[in-house]
Amino acid sequence: MARNVNFDLNHPLMEAGLESPVDEEGVHDSFNQLIAEQSQNGGISDGYELQQLQRELDEEGRDDVAYLSSPVREFRGRNKGRRDVEWEEDERQTDPLIAERWSSATLRILSSMPSRTIGRSRGAIISQYYNRTMQLRRRRQSRPSIKDFSRSARPSIRGYGMEADEADGEDTEVSKRERLVNNLQNLSVTDRIRMLRAMPLSVAEKNELRRLALQKEKQTLSGSKLPCCSRLKYYIIIAVRQSWYSWLSFLHSLQLWQMPLKRVSGRFGTGVLSYFIFLKTLLYFNLFLFLVTGAFLVLPQAVHPPMLPAERRPFSGLELLTGAGCFSDSVMYYGYYSNDTLHKSCKDDGAVQNDSVSNSTGHDCVSKRLSYKMSLAYFFTIGMAFFITCIILVYSMSKSFGQSFRIDKSHSILAMKAFCSWDFKVIKKTSVKLMSENICTQLKELLAEVNHKRVKNTVGQKLCRLMVHGLAWTICIVSTAACVTGIYFFSDYMHQNLQQSSRSVNQDPLLNEASLLALPVLVSLINLLLPGLFNLAAWMEDYESPSVRTYVAISRNLMLKVSVLGVLCYHWLGRVAADPNSIGLKCWESFVGQELYRFLLMDFIFTLLDTLFGEFLWGLFSEKVLRRRRKPAFDIARNVLELIYGQTLAWLGVLFTPLLPAVQILKLLLLFYIKMSSVMMNCQAPRKPYRVSQMTTIFITLLCFPSFLGASVCVTYTMWSIKPSVSCGPFRGLQTMFQAGKLWVQEMEKHDPKLSVVARAHSYLVEHPLFLFVGAGIFLIVIYFYSQVVDGQRKIISLLQEQIENEGEDKKFLITKLQSIHEQKRTPARRLTSQDSTC
Amino acid sequence: MGNKQTTFTDEQLEAFQDCTFFTRKEILRLHSRYRELAPHLVPLDYTNNPDIRVPLALIVTMPELKENPFRDRIVETFSEDGQGNLSFNDFVDMFSALCETSPRELKTIYAFKIYDFNRDNFICKDDLQQTLTLLTKGELTEDEVLLVCDKALEEADLDGDSKLSFSDFQNMISKAPDFLRYNHVLYSHLYLCLLLLLLLLLLLLSG
Repeated sequence: MARNVNFDLNHPLMEAGLESPVDEEGVHDSFNQLIAEQSQNGGISDGYELQQLQRELDEEGRDDVAYLSSPVREFRGRNKGRRDVEWEEDERQTDPLIAERWSSATLRILSSMPSRTIGRSRGAIISQYYNRTMQLRRRRQSRPSIKDFSRSARPSIRGYGMEADEADGEDTEVSKRERLVNNLQNLSVTDRIRMLRAMPLSVAEKNELRRLALQKEKQTLSGSKLPCCSRLKYYIIIAVRQSWYSWLSFLHSLQLWQMPLKRVSGRFGTGVLSYFIFLKTLLYFNLFLFLVTGAFLVLPQAVHPPMLPAERRPFSGLELLTGAGCFSDSVMYYGYYSNDTLHKSCKDDGAVQNDSVSNSTGHDCVSKRLSYKMSLAYFFTIGMAFFITCIILVYSMSKSFGQSFRIDKSHSILAMKAFCSWDFKVIKKTSVKLMSENICTQLKELLAEVNHKRVKNTVGQKLCRLMVHGLAWTICIVSTAACVTGIYFFSDYMHQNLQQSSRSVNQDPLLNEASLLALPVLVSLINLLLPGLFNLAAWMEDYESPSVRTYVAISRNLMLKVSVLGVLCYHWLGRVAADPNSIGLKCWESFVGQELYRFLLMDFIFTLLDTLFGEFLWGLFSEKVLRRRRKPAFDIARNVLELIYGQTLAWLGVLFTPLLPAVQILKLLLLFYIKMSSVMMNCQAPRKPYRVSQMTTIFITLLCFPSFLGASVCVTYTMWSIKPSVSCGPFRGLQTMFQAGKLWVQEMEKHDPKLSVVARAHSYLVEHPLFLFVGAGIFLIVIYFYSQVVDGQRKIISLLQEQIENEGEDKKFLITKLQSIHEQKRTPARRLTSQDSTC
Repeated sequence: MGNKQTTFTDEQLEAFQDCTFFTRKEILRLHSRYRELAPHLVPLDYTNNPDIRVPLALIVTMPELKENPFRDRIVETFSEDGQGNLSFNDFVDMFSALCETSPRELKTIYAFKIYDFNRDNFICKDDLQQTLTLLTKGELTEDEVLLVCDKALEEADLDGDSKLSFSDFQNMISKAPDFLRYNHVLYSHLYLCLLLLLLLLLLLLSG
């Protein structure tokens, strides 16, 4: 077997004789069929003859396979040749399958083995897809949705559905194809397209299949006398399909920044690309939030502005930074929203469902039954937006988990490096060169590792390493703690300052406003500088593997950001919200919203500064002064964490500043272009290889777990247990924001006693802690079961792997048997005589 | 393409849309790219499916392929005659399989074909050796390459025949999912959710 595989590629004849995609049509088929066929046309070349085997073919008889098919003779021959076979086997065990000259017939059979034709021969593909479409149809009957059908999350070693071939040996390719067409025709339109697209056939072939399927569909539709309704169904199907196409192309046109992303990936590979794609994902999240709050909160309120105190502060320019001043009484903040029920006419309703209707303001509307209760809308909009975001996040996280973590114990690192390390997106020449250099060094490292198994460190070295790690962690933790306490006391100081200034009357309002910026500046400064310190610590530690280094960096940065945000949340919800009167606030929610706006903006400004100084000027400096050849690499982990931090702020602030997502959208848009040009100008492809998918999984997980969860916990806490301001906002006069929902349910019950069940269910579900516990318990149990299932699957996988090994052995054994029988057939006379002499 | 000559009929475009991962616009763009390669050879009018093939030497000058070490193999794999001459169908096929939206399974099949240099439906040591030489641009020594080949085969081979069949390959690839998979499915879900929400609120309001 090894013979036919280790081709001598330099041989011109051999190349010509190799199997090419053109003539492989007939190659695939079942064993029986092939053997039967070969008795008829054994001489016809399958296009697989190798040059060195040509001679053997010539000297061989043509009916060799017919011999095989006669069991009696086979048995006899086997009996006679048993010794011979045994001897051969002995030899083979020492050197399996090498130094073996296979006869052409054996080779022919080997070449048509199903495992060899997967994805290659047309017949194989067609029968494979026939089976798939069949499965799909069967599934259809039991379950309507087949969304996850061809996901790679399925078990990785797949039965390729070859069993059907072996059953019906006489089946020709034509009929298989017909059946495939039949199946395709019976699938729904989207399934059919999905199938067609995923087939590894040429476009012409697929086109033919499609044409046949469509033709059949038309025939069945027009041929038989159709009742009116099914004709209608047909037209509906066509219409749905058209609209699906336009929906898809609409989605396609929504894809932002295709060209810049292509350019980045062409220059820097997928690692840097993942940052920008993450940015894009965040942009879409914010767009969603903005659309929801804009449609349900901002627009209705903007159409019906509440009565405002006449005095308006003039625009001074500082508002853009602080968000206070003349912005504070605008639709941007919580305080502006009224607690009335807006029921003018269908106009607001129109504004709610569609912006286009809101233009037609003039006309009178008769129906007054449509009303829009602002407090309820506020409550439900924020709640639903968080809920949907949560679902989408969890869904994408679980999907990304499924893709990047597999249950498997063996890891084929070298093979993966060889086949999966090339980044096909990179097209820039220097980057290509860099990449091949990187792959080279990685391979060398891996080889060194494989060759000399880890040199054992001495106890002293280990202790030394441990000390260094301990020291680095201590530095990081201490500096983080110091910064956090600093922020704590500074915010306390600022708070007291505010209290004093609220008491004293005559002070410059501009100065007051500017002093509000101090806290955001401090926090952003810490966020900017401490990661540098962490990098220094990591440099001191000198981690061997880049992935560990990245993870350590991420966890340290995360520690910092989480604790900073924790302190800030305490400051806002514990200090400001608890006693808003002490600092002269009428509306603490608006104040917190302004704070969040300031933080978001400061974060953006400091990112800009960092890009300018850290990347651009430092790059110039190192190039011109230090005469370094290499440009700095783009720090993906840190940049992504900054994005996550900003997003947390935005999520925290949605409740207080319904327009904060819009600010965040603007920020992200600008950031995209700035980072893009900075990367293009100042950076080079990162030297460390990035396991992109795992990184994206981690990013999404971080976005979900500390960031989104933290933000939603804060928001829920605010809604559930903090008393909203008395004189502003949609919830004025209520004990908690949550009461809005409760009152609504009670009111509904009053209006319609039939709904009392709903009210009772509501009060039980939401107010009783028992249900929360039960829910959490069920959740935990489900998780436990899943982990058990995974454990079981792991065992099954190891068993299956063993089985595959055994199958491989069996295959080898059978092939050698087959070959030995051929040998006997070829020289029966010689065999016989030799046998006789030995016996 | 200044004048309004039709390149494809609607039917053709629809067929392309159904069979590949491209939209109408992209197909037309692909055609213009294809035509740029050999303007004298490729006609503007493709309504009657002319049988024209652009040779490999021209195809690999495209910037997308120019620096790729596997460019010749890629083009050969997708050409119907196995020599690297691409008809427009093959050309579309190639980009459809390589584009971001194509499923991993399809990509795996074609990747296997690309790495299978001698087209025997197995990735054997020779194939691996060639792959490595192309990857590292001959910077590893012969011995190192051989060692890597041996080890890699040993790792990835499941059934012990010292070469990688398609299932071995697929199994290995599935453990290294280094593809970017943020696709627009996520966004479509997002917007569908938004639509649902709007409907729900309408119901609430009217109720």
